[in-house]
Amino acid sequence: MTDPRGFLQIQRRVQPYRPVEERVGDYRAVAPQIDDEIAREQARRCMGCGVPFCHNGCPLGNLIPEWNDLVERDHFREAIDRLHATNNFPEFTGRVCPAPCEEACVLALDQDPVTIKQVEMSIIERAFEEGWVEPRPAEHSTGRRVAVVGSGPAGLACAQQLAREGHAVTVFERDDHLGGLLRYGIPDFKMEKTLIDRRVLQLEAEGIEFATGVDVGEDVSIEELRAGVDAIILATGAQRHRDLWIPGRELEGVHFAMPYLIQQNRRVAGLPVEGPKITAQGKRVAILGGGDTSADCLGNVIREGAIEVHEIAHGPTPPGEREPLKTWPEWPVVMRTYSAHQEGGTREWQFVTDRLEGEDGHVRRLVGHRVEFPGYAESGVRNPVPVEDGEVVLDVDLVLLAIGFTGTEDDAVFAQSGAVVGDRGTIDVDQWYATATPGVWACGDAVRGADLVVTAIADGRQCAAAVHAALVSR
Amino acid sequence: MSGLYDPSFEHDACGLGTVVHLDGTASHALVDQALTVLERLDHRGATGSDPETGDGAGILLQMPHRFLARAAAEEGIDLPPAGDYGIGMVFLPTDPVKRLRATEIAVRTVAEEGHRAVGWRQVPVDEDAIGPLARSSQPVIRQLIVERRHGSLEEFERKLYVIRRRIEKLVLSSGDIDGSEFAIASLSSKTIVYKGLLRATQVRAFYPDLRDADVESALALVHSRFSTNTLGTWDLAHPFNLIAHNGEINTVRGNGNWLSAREPQLRSDLFGGDLQKLFPITEERWSDSAKLDAALELLLRAGRPLEHALAMLIPPAWSDATLDMDDDVRAFYEYHTTLVEPWDGPAAVIATDGDKVVATLDRNGLRPGRWLRTKDGICVLASEIGVLDIPEADIVETGRLEPGRMLMFDTSSGRVVHDREIKRVLSRQRPYRQWLDQYKLHLDDLRPQQGTPIDDDALPVQQRIFGYTREDLALLIAPMAMNGAEPVGSMGDDTPLAALTSRNRLLPSYFKQQFAQVTNPPVDSERERLVMSLRVGVGAIGNLLDETPEHCRRVTTLTPVLTNGELEKLRALRRDGFRAATVSTLYPVAEGGPGLAAALDQLCREAAQLVWGGTTILILSDRGADATIAPIPPLLATAAVHSHLVRQGARTMCGLVVESGEPRETMHMALLIGYGASAVNPYLALESLRALHEAGDLGDIELGEARKRYVQAIGKGLLKICSKMGISTIQSYRGSQIFEAVGLGQQLVARYFPGTISRVGGLELSDLADEIRERYELDVLPADPDALLEAGGEYQYRIDGERHAWRPDTIVHLQRAVRDDAYDSYRQFADAVDAGADRAIALRDLLEIVPAGPPVPLDEIEPSSEIVRRFATGAMSMGSISREAHETLAIAMNRIGGKSNTGEGGEDMTRSTPDANGDLRRSAIKQVASGRFGVTTPYLVDADQLQIKMAQGAKPGEGGQLPGHKVDDYIARLRHSTPGVGLISPPPHHDIYSIEDLAQLIHDLKCVNPAADVSVKLVAEAGVGTVAAGVAKAKAEHIVISGHDGGTGASPLSSLKYAGLPWEMGLAEAHEVLVMNDLRGQVTLQVDGGLRTGRDVLVGAILGAEEFGFSTAPLIAAGCIMMRVCHLNTCPVGIATQDPVLRERFRGTPEHIVRYFLFVAEHLRELMAEIGVRSVDELIGRRDLLRQRTDRPTWLESLDLSPVLAHPRQPGDPAPVRARPQDHALHTKIDPEIIAEAEPALARGEAVVIERRIQNINRTFGAMLAGEIARRVGPDGLPDDTITLRVHGHGGQSFGAFAMPGTTIELTGPVNDYLGKGLSGGRIVVKAADDAGYAVSASTYVGNVALYGATSGAAFLRGRAGERFCVRNSGATAVVEGVGDHGCEYMTGGVALILGPTGRNFAAGMSGGVAFVLDADGAFERRVNHASVSLEPLEPADDRALVEGLLREHAARTGSPIAEELLTAWPQSASRFLKVMPDDYARVLAERAQADAEAAIAGD
Repeated sequence: MTDPRGFLQIQRRVQPYRPVEERVGDYRAVAPQIDDEIAREQARRCMGCGVPFCHNGCPLGNLIPEWNDLVERDHFREAIDRLHATNNFPEFTGRVCPAPCEEACVLALDQDPVTIKQVEMSIIERAFEEGWVEPRPAEHSTGRRVAVVGSGPAGLACAQQLAREGHAVTVFERDDHLGGLLRYGIPDFKMEKTLIDRRVLQLEAEGIEFATGVDVGEDVSIEELRAGVDAIILATGAQRHRDLWIPGRELEGVHFAMPYLIQQNRRVAGLPVEGPKITAQGKRVAILGGGDTSADCLGNVIREGAIEVHEIAHGPTPPGEREPLKTWPEWPVVMRTYSAHQEGGTREWQFVTDRLEGEDGHVRRLVGHRVEFPGYAESGVRNPVPVEDGEVVLDVDLVLLAIGFTGTEDDAVFAQSGAVVGDRGTIDVDQWYATATPGVWACGDAVRGADLVVTAIADGRQCAAAVHAALVSR
Repeated sequence: MSGLYDPSFEHDACGLGTVVHLDGTASHALVDQALTVLERLDHRGATGSDPETGDGAGILLQMPHRFLARAAAEEGIDLPPAGDYGIGMVFLPTDPVKRLRATEIAVRTVAEEGHRAVGWRQVPVDEDAIGPLARSSQPVIRQLIVERRHGSLEEFERKLYVIRRRIEKLVLSSGDIDGSEFAIASLSSKTIVYKGLLRATQVRAFYPDLRDADVESALALVHSRFSTNTLGTWDLAHPFNLIAHNGEINTVRGNGNWLSAREPQLRSDLFGGDLQKLFPITEERWSDSAKLDAALELLLRAGRPLEHALAMLIPPAWSDATLDMDDDVRAFYEYHTTLVEPWDGPAAVIATDGDKVVATLDRNGLRPGRWLRTKDGICVLASEIGVLDIPEADIVETGRLEPGRMLMFDTSSGRVVHDREIKRVLSRQRPYRQWLDQYKLHLDDLRPQQGTPIDDDALPVQQRIFGYTREDLALLIAPMAMNGAEPVGSMGDDTPLAALTSRNRLLPSYFKQQFAQVTNPPVDSERERLVMSLRVGVGAIGNLLDETPEHCRRVTTLTPVLTNGELEKLRALRRDGFRAATVSTLYPVAEGGPGLAAALDQLCREAAQLVWGGTTILILSDRGADATIAPIPPLLATAAVHSHLVRQGARTMCGLVVESGEPRETMHMALLIGYGASAVNPYLALESLRALHEAGDLGDIELGEARKRYVQAIGKGLLKICSKMGISTIQSYRGSQIFEAVGLGQQLVARYFPGTISRVGGLELSDLADEIRERYELDVLPADPDALLEAGGEYQYRIDGERHAWRPDTIVHLQRAVRDDAYDSYRQFADAVDAGADRAIALRDLLEIVPAGPPVPLDEIEPSSEIVRRFATGAMSMGSISREAHETLAIAMNRIGGKSNTGEGGEDMTRSTPDANGDLRRSAIKQVASGRFGVTTPYLVDADQLQIKMAQGAKPGEGGQLPGHKVDDYIARLRHSTPGVGLISPPPHHDIYSIEDLAQLIHDLKCVNPAADVSVKLVAEAGVGTVAAGVAKAKAEHIVISGHDGGTGASPLSSLKYAGLPWEMGLAEAHEVLVMNDLRGQVTLQVDGGLRTGRDVLVGAILGAEEFGFSTAPLIAAGCIMMRVCHLNTCPVGIATQDPVLRERFRGTPEHIVRYFLFVAEHLRELMAEIGVRSVDELIGRRDLLRQRTDRPTWLESLDLSPVLAHPRQPGDPAPVRARPQDHALHTKIDPEIIAEAEPALARGEAVVIERRIQNINRTFGAMLAGEIARRVGPDGLPDDTITLRVHGHGGQSFGAFAMPGTTIELTGPVNDYLGKGLSGGRIVVKAADDAGYAVSASTYVGNVALYGATSGAAFLRGRAGERFCVRNSGATAVVEGVGDHGCEYMTGGVALILGPTGRNFAAGMSGGVAFVLDADGAFERRVNHASVSLEPLEPADDRALVEGLLREHAARTGSPIAEELLTAWPQSASRFLKVMPDDYARVLAERAQADAEAAIAGD
């Protein structure tokens, strides 16, 4: 840290998104390329803490103070080494991560935190520009073979780590393209998909084989796979949707968020879309849920040209301001405004959806009521009480359920692998990511339930380390 | 069970004196006078739990032939004629069988050496005169009479030396007689020593001989001892055969080792074959003084004059070019460095060969010595002036021993010979300069050579091989190369000890530096740079007993850190008398322990062969390590070769140079040098600099410059490490082994690090090899070129680095707990901290608690409200932390009845008035630290406890620094300094260079505030127990033992890591030694250093503490997040900052802190309930309630904490806590009478004049009155001239200390050290007697360290003052007629007017106030330390007016002729003055003037 007073002299400055009018007209990333100078200026605010809470705020344990210092001193070349030392795919996390590191930043106690995520993105983009992201194939081969099932962030990180240790890695992906949720779950306006392809080039050059369109358990059985490899890693995600059992759920025009997002992403990518078309164009839309997925839906719905949109959450309205002394360095519940929220739609909180009503089997109305949470602000106890005369009826044509996931999908792969799916709907593993079946490991959302990209990468890395240790000690 | 105490830890110091009749006339009157001198120095000695047993006292006389002839005849012995016999003063065993054996050996040995034992005279003694403890160890004392059968007198003296050594060795190796039972106090034909375990006042009574009028002598040496322990022995009393010594030889271990290493090369024509009989010259068990005596005796008997021998062993500073020294003399010293390294440390030594007495003082002037000559030719030299009542009119010459100077009273010539003459004669004995020019080589003069580079690809692998971390590069190496100084950090070390971590640590991290506390002072290596020296000579060392031109054949270098090119110069050296050879220190890593052992054997053999074959420069090199061949840890290789060559007798035939990739930080180099290396080439660190430079990590500094600065930074750091131990030259540091190992096994230490203290076991050689192999497997072999180096994480928490106690989870749990008042959150915190052995951080984590009985209900346990009274917060100064944080701590501690601590920075008096809600913001503990900032009389009287900070856990042995940006107006006001100007706390207290000095300061403080307990804060190190015993004997009521892990607002990183020990060891040792000496009941013992939980308190109590100090944890409770930027003033939570913007962010409240302490107490109660103990007192010292955990992971198995758990208190024993008051004997002083006489002034403000005669024994005169004024009248004192004390005689130490406004203390007569200490507004006048027989203005009249820490008031002093006049003055005005070395050091305010010569290093570290100096000889400029001040002519009118006014007042009050003379010629004489203006002060004044001017313009 070359400037111990930087945090007192410089204000937080985040590079603004493209103007709303402009960006809603396309699906390209809302965030522009980061200006290195802004990144350098903002990195100066990092205090190089004696105890960097950001380290622990970040599931990857990113070496944040070190690369902030390097960026400040314009040492991007060294910075990317530090960044890659803990994070295989900073171009993903730099865009889609909600940045728990910034909530844990010591500056967040009294000021706005360091723009860690933005610095991260500047480092990796500079590195790609300069050609510093080169393949690092292993120098020696161990002769061991590994199959990774699933090409989301956990699977890819795991595959890369193992390949670099000299193992022969094949990644199986049931979809036609790699990336899992990264590709079909996250909208392009948050992360353009060429970024995945750019990274996959490196992975391929490091010797990883990819088998797309292969649904393990269906197209190839686990038994067959086991015969050919020394380790199988299940990184199949947690896409079993949480459902909402209310009257009218069965009506047409009521969909889970994910099929909608997948269709949208495929359309944007110019790929064929299977099954009935889900679209918001010209419709009145209700999105149930108040998280990342609902915001992703919102952005898409607006770009499709919906007439009106409601984003509906039943929980208490989050406070507008953080109270760091109560929550720091942990993730605070606070009103978060994503790019999509700036683009349109209304946000409802404390709104319980009671039923959906339709006409001709198609949803036309959403009926719900407003609630209050007496005492919540003081004690945090959620005790919803209906508001008198609080019934609300909304006219809707499309309802998207973005209320979370409950675990892994029911899939042949688990039955065949012998991996046990536990009470939480995810695969049971020990502290070394081993499932009950020898030779089979699991990581990522499949183990943890739906979680962040950054957590998936971290999990993939740790699982790879465990698998590697098991393979070399054998 | 054996504990932690070791007798070798003992220290002593004392008072000494000599009386000489110059014309050589022996008289009993002189003996009588010498005994009076001794008695007047009684207060410099000590007693222990038995007030009648002293630590030792004695007298050395010329042979009293008349008396002895008569006395011998009375026993039927026919004494040979004078000169034809020698007398051995022998302490014999009380056991008759042993005694018979000893006497037979003595008689037989005398005969074997060709002389005749005539008989034994029983020395009469009066046993009733001494204390019971002394009586219990009293030997049978007899005089052995040896008749000279042949040879000259000189040969006979030499033979008696040989006989004495032989008898000592034979008797002590004869079986069951040990050194406490048998000793020869002296054996000589010229002198005799009477001494014993006595008080100074008992010598005369105990030995009736001394009262006999026939006992006559023309010279005498006397000595009164203050030893840290009370288990003193008779033989350790001084004088020894030749000397009496006040002080301590810090380098004694190295000096002793080097002496024995030299023995095989010693040759002497005078001794011939007898020389071997003397070996070993010194014995390991001897005290430092005994060893010095032996070394001196060897040199003397081998033919050098006494003064020559002394000059060799205790040389002055000579290498600094600015020193005023004749070139011949400089050459003399430079030549002798090739023969012997200095015996370094505070030392006033008086020595005699029976004809002359030579006195000398260490280079830094750290002990007092005042002397005089009467018109009758009697000379007296003693630690104090006034030890004999000699009328001023009879004195014709007087002075003081000056730093590095000698003085000789020579009865054969009848003269006092001064230093200049002695040195001139010595330096012209031989053509030393010519010899040096002829043979000495300087490294810079050798042909330049290229270093061998490491290419870029290989560098990361080499860095891995040597365990480099990213932190090493970013936090240590790069900053050193950029700034040329060691990097600074803050807060304490909360990482595991090297022995406890599961991570791979380098061998150096198992070593801890030892440091000076109490028994000797650390030195300020920056401000007193001129006494320091990094110079080393590389090459063979010649015969110590001879002087030839060839002795100069060494290569001299100005720093022991060599660049790669410089190393090649040595390697390429081919000249007569020089031959360099390189041995490789690599071994096959796969072969593990056996391979490493074999490689070490091979290395030692090879090294010895090379040296016997003529190699004079032996280079140990680990260049060329790769994935299979590993470096032997360079420290291990160096220590092994060094100790092997010592054992082989070949060590002095070569210089050892280490070429290694490992050393990169200062401590690494210090260890290599401390274990024998002359020079170190850290090639990989230098190569890494190249890589850093290429990567742009060194800013825009050129590579060459970066390397230069790096070497410079290491050099500075080395001096700092030396100076912490009070050592001034790297030459003496070399081989001195001043370290303690924690976590190294006995066999490893015995074999390769012989003599090193290692008390809890640990790694053996095979374990070390395993660790190296592990590092290879994890780090070297994978060889992924892109992988980052390890993080390190030693200094900052890093997720991939070393474990820390304060980390995100523990900090958050604790902060939640105190904010939400949630005990369960506290328990989460505590459980995370006390996580068990495999996550151990401190030694206590390896211990488990053993129930004392069945569990008891929680409600029967001592309540929390009682327990928290035992808690204190640490000394964090108002300045280092913000006012908000400081006051919050104080309010919290006052609410719970605990104590907060001011720290070193004064305290706002308004805080002593309670707030409206009843809260009190005053700190109960007022600290007295070396800078004495804000230490005024009102401050002292407003304390429940006065804490003398001897050392600080984070940086023991160092001073402090408050950077200018933290000194705002408020801080400056409290500290009596200037806003914006940085403040320095010196490493030592300048009134504590020795244990008896501490006793004096305790006495001073007790006089000012008799109601407050005096506490002394120590830091754990080997021997802290002995120091604690000494502190208890110095009459402290309270002792704090701090662990190495204490916090700091700023400290060099190497000090945070490498100095001090865990408190578990220090506390256990202190408790053990205090109990052993029956002193525990006189003191309260407090522990601090990284205490965090109730369990920590439990362990502390069990190991012996009754009170507990916390610092970091309560700060965390108040919001600290361990940012570790306290030194930068940028604390983001408003704690360690003075920035108003950041201070607003402070969110801590007293409730947070109160809750934290209640939680800790509750936690403790729960633990006590579990183990069935109801009160804390029941726990204290119950070491049986702890045992080592059995579930320890493998890497901890070799540790053995049983020494920490030894000597448990038995159940049923009374609690070993403070129970007896210390007797300060204040009622016996004359001060209470004076206070009574001053009653009209105190009660009614009426003017009073009080007259008295005083002696040097009336110490701290006036301080009790000062305290009384502050208490009764208030902080502003009385109107001017209300109380006048008019006294005659000799002023004792601390004369006029702490005097308050309204008091004038006027002394007619000379005065001792510490005059006007802490002066707080009073006026001190020292006048000369009208009839003085000498020129007072040209003589030393005032002792050393006058006006230390004065904050206001005035002093008008006749004559010259000693060393360090006005040191740390921050507001007093002083006039004096000359000063010694280091005048106005660290001064921050006030005015000093000096009307005569000054010593060297004037104004070092001075940052405020002004000095006006009469530059009589035009050479003042050379004697100034220009680092922080500038010299200006005395021109401005206001300055002139100021000086003139002071001259007038000086003349009026003292009648000074100098002042009169200057005034007569005024204003012409103004041009003879120079003004000393601190640069910082001038800058701030200018800024202020500018601001005022701008404000004035704006106002218009």
